[in-house]
Amino acid sequence: MEKKNNKLSLITNGFIKENPVLKLVLGTCPTLAVTSSAFNGFGMGIAATFVLICSNVVISALRKIIPDKVRIPAFITIIAGFVTVVQMLVKAFLPALDTALGVFLPLIVVNCVILGRAEAFASKNPVVDSALDGVGMGLGFTLTLTLMGIFREALGAGSVFGFAVPFFSANPIGFFTSAAGGFFTFGLFMALAVKLEIAQMPKDGCGAGCIGCKMACANAKTEGGNA
Amino acid sequence: MNNMKLTVSAAPHITGKDSSRSIMLDVIIAMIPALIAAGVIFSYRAVILTAVTVVSCVVFEYVWNKLMKKEQTVGDLSAVVTGMLLAFNMPSTLPYWMAVVGAAFAILMVKQLFGGIGYNFANPAITARIILATSFAGAMTNFTHPTQSIDAIAAATPLAANAAGAFAEGGAPYMTMFLGMHGGVLGETSALALLIGFVYLLIKKVISPAIPVTYVATVAVLAVLFGQDPLVHVLGGGLLLGAIFMATDYVTSPYTLKGKIVFGLGLGLITMMIRVFGTMTEGVSYAILLMNLFVPYINQLTRQKPLGAPKKVKEAK
Repeated sequence: MEKKNNKLSLITNGFIKENPVLKLVLGTCPTLAVTSSAFNGFGMGIAATFVLICSNVVISALRKIIPDKVRIPAFITIIAGFVTVVQMLVKAFLPALDTALGVFLPLIVVNCVILGRAEAFASKNPVVDSALDGVGMGLGFTLTLTLMGIFREALGAGSVFGFAVPFFSANPIGFFTSAAGGFFTFGLFMALAVKLEIAQMPKDGCGAGCIGCKMACANAKTEGGNA
Repeated sequence: MNNMKLTVSAAPHITGKDSSRSIMLDVIIAMIPALIAAGVIFSYRAVILTAVTVVSCVVFEYVWNKLMKKEQTVGDLSAVVTGMLLAFNMPSTLPYWMAVVGAAFAILMVKQLFGGIGYNFANPAITARIILATSFAGAMTNFTHPTQSIDAIAAATPLAANAAGAFAEGGAPYMTMFLGMHGGVLGETSALALLIGFVYLLIKKVISPAIPVTYVATVAVLAVLFGQDPLVHVLGGGLLLGAIFMATDYVTSPYTLKGKIVFGLGLGLITMMIRVFGTMTEGVSYAILLMNLFVPYINQLTRQKPLGAPKKVKEAK
């Protein structure tokens, strides 16, 4: 593998190809719960990104010290420490966001994106790579949550980041801010991510490794079958 | 004779003349009486609303197929049926743009995103109705009293009136409910018109009576068990519309007779649970959506055994 491309792809992987929410399907609970508005989605994304980068770095640095048998409790303790920091910062400086996110802010501790990356990546890779992975995954998470928030808020409440959208502000389609609308939007975005990934795939050859290629082929086949 | 071309093909070799188009056409014809009834009861706006919904359903299907470069399926008339059913689930006062939003949900989301006709896991019209009802709760329950004037006063459906105890004295007005001169969504009020359509569908063998009959019977029996007036529950809400036209959709109902009966029983049970114990007065649409989701399992459990097959067939995995 080429080193330079590798470093960059650590970050860009998180956007679509290994998007934590849409492709790895991690952290679904906060995704569905807080994306009823764009600001909440963005705030949740940034808070989780901060915890993710910090915990990735610390866990990566300690990966040779932490005994294998108790690694999960150790990871959780580290993550919980950073979550407490975030929680106190948000409470002090952004009380509105704290009220909006409610219990989901402390629940970042058990956010599968963070524990998943600690287990799958940070505990096996050097510090810099782990930090980059944290940045990429965090940005992917934030981007997804913000876009979902914009979509749901615009249609369901008629505003984006609190600014009124013409027409929809007078006639909001309340379904989108409801829980069912959250699942609905989630499904739409997942489909979109798959579509984008297929579009990026080379038409022939295995550019993205065997698993990715197989999936793309299978997807292309089903698509062809319907056409 | 030497030039005779032999075609080698897999079974089945005998096919009926029915096509999606002919079946859908029969369903449309069966819905005409209810549409006329809606026009008479709720004035011309009911007809315009139906037209808006049907046209937008067809346009959405056409545009989607064009954009996705798929085979054009507008000709099978299924979008027209979806449009009519969706309109039948709306009160006549619903703003037209909401009807268009509902059509978009029905055709684009529920039907086309899952692969178009034959692949939708739930009835498009029912799902769109539920999405509209959760989004525009006020507009979707703004029933007008059936008089010919456009500024009719708002009125409750017989079910709502029954839940409020309005029929406690003197009994319910059965004849009014049978003919449909009361509040409600477009297609549900006139039991007479719906039954005419039902008889037509049975004569043309488009639907089997199993689902509608078990569904309505279950509701009636449960109503008696719960100490309610069974006729109010059968005639007063969307039960007949749902049982005849929505629950019998081929794609979203079980194949076998046994499966259809299970389906009908489940529908009746869920409907009455919502009507009697829930906060909503009507439960037909939710019952149909929920049972739609069970259809694959019902099909699996009630699969017909081949004639002469041993009693216990171990499933090959």
